[in-house]
Amino acid sequence: MTDLAWIDTALTSARPQALGALLRYFRDLDAAEEAFQNACLRALKSWRQNGPPRDPTAWLILVGRNAGLDHVRRQAKQEPLPDEAEVSDLGDAEDALADRLDGAHYRDDILRLLFTCCHPDLPATQQIALALRIVSGLSVKQIARAFVVGEAAMEQRITRAKARIAKAGVAFETPGAVERSERLGAVAAMIYLVFNEGYSAGPGEAEARAPLCDEAIRLGRLLLRLFQAEPEIMGLTALMLLQHARAAARFDAEGQVILMDEQDRALWNPSMIAEGLALIDKAMRHRQVGPYQVQAAIAALHARAATPQDVDWPQIDLLYASLERLQPSPVITLNRAVAVSKSRGPEVALAMIEPLEPRLSGYFHFFGLKGALLRDLDRLAEAREAFTRAIALANTAAEAAHIRMHLDHLGGDGANPPGQAAPRH
Amino acid sequence: MLYAILCYNDEEIVGAWSKDYDDHIMARLDVVHRKLAREGRFTGAARLLPTTAATSLRKGDQEPLVLDGPFVETKEQLLGFYVVDCADLDQALETARDLAEANPGVGGYEVRPVAMFVPGSGLS
Repeated sequence: MTDLAWIDTALTSARPQALGALLRYFRDLDAAEEAFQNACLRALKSWRQNGPPRDPTAWLILVGRNAGLDHVRRQAKQEPLPDEAEVSDLGDAEDALADRLDGAHYRDDILRLLFTCCHPDLPATQQIALALRIVSGLSVKQIARAFVVGEAAMEQRITRAKARIAKAGVAFETPGAVERSERLGAVAAMIYLVFNEGYSAGPGEAEARAPLCDEAIRLGRLLLRLFQAEPEIMGLTALMLLQHARAAARFDAEGQVILMDEQDRALWNPSMIAEGLALIDKAMRHRQVGPYQVQAAIAALHARAATPQDVDWPQIDLLYASLERLQPSPVITLNRAVAVSKSRGPEVALAMIEPLEPRLSGYFHFFGLKGALLRDLDRLAEAREAFTRAIALANTAAEAAHIRMHLDHLGGDGANPPGQAAPRH
Repeated sequence: MLYAILCYNDEEIVGAWSKDYDDHIMARLDVVHRKLAREGRFTGAARLLPTTAATSLRKGDQEPLVLDGPFVETKEQLLGFYVVDCADLDQALETARDLAEANPGVGGYEVRPVAMFVPGSGLS
């Protein structure tokens, strides 16, 4: 790694903590960002000359705070900036600050910074853009690329989101236990949004959006270091790791979706799987079930199976049943039906999804699964009808092509591939 | 004399390495491993998962306390380590409890999954 690359990584990893502390100090997002930016510029110069400081985060907070104060002073009196050497010569001050830095304080700083981005007034897309800009420090250009929109449009989206937050105000008092846990829940949901923005990308966009998955995982690990005993944060991080581990196997060379059963498991990332499994193991010990943990446990059963035939479908059926209790939703029942078709047969699964039709009448995956179940039951005319409706509802060309392949098989010799329609692949 | 060489770095920075850079470093380390193996001095190497995957067992007067996260040293020093094959975290913690029972008192154990293990006999 070159010096510059090392400094860049160090600045990125210090960013949430340093910016969070500066936000507490200046109580204004723009002022905090500007102070942090200033500190980074000075770090580029000073760290290259003098080597990295003992505690880069403490260095950035102290220099950022001084830079911010300079700015305030300058505006008030138009005084000249102090000598660069004076500011960089932190010496004892840095040590003293590093000693005072107490984990609990920092924890709330970072949580506050993340929480500002998930204000309930902000639509999901703005929350994600804001988190990537503020917490992760991605440039507007990088974010615009990930969202496949123009830079000017993204700039505007972020500016609008910031204005909304400024109007709503940020809560600076130290949160109580209940409030802290609510914030943590909102932040976890926002991180999963960032992840899904990357994960749900089609093959054409996958490469531009993969960094969003990496970034979400990094934020998950960050939260985990701050809140070590939160099983849902372990579950969230495990879920993201186990899903992202399959990234290299999810599309073929032509950009077609490869469903999990047909993926080359040798392409799954073993160290991400190991980390995901370790985290879900840790979470389970708490015996406090939650939606992220259950979803991670389902992903873990897929990851643990050496071949598609080894997947423990009865267990997945049970896990979806508990997810239905935690978060009742027709889409979850639909996913459960996939497991049911594998463990108890297509007839039971079909009976399970038929009542969902009024609520899922516009949902591609519903008709995809319905068609596959009808085909497995040899009700071919009805299967054809369901597949045709699925094609009409397909969200991407790849989805449509996949169902068309099923339709073509129907016309053939009746050699049926097994039922498949899980939205997650 | 056997020596243990413990590896320290900033896990956030190492975690942010690109795959290419990570592969590059692992290939460079592999050269060192192979040299040691040729000299008959390589007994194994392990790369650990991040500290976020750690669970700790703290010994005391009472039943050992299981805590999420790495072992936080206050007055203890690292005095030894085991590499144990376990079915899951529960079994690993059970093993740590056995060790605590055999060696009661202060201190404790950090149980950390091994991400990658290069056995000494695996290289030639």
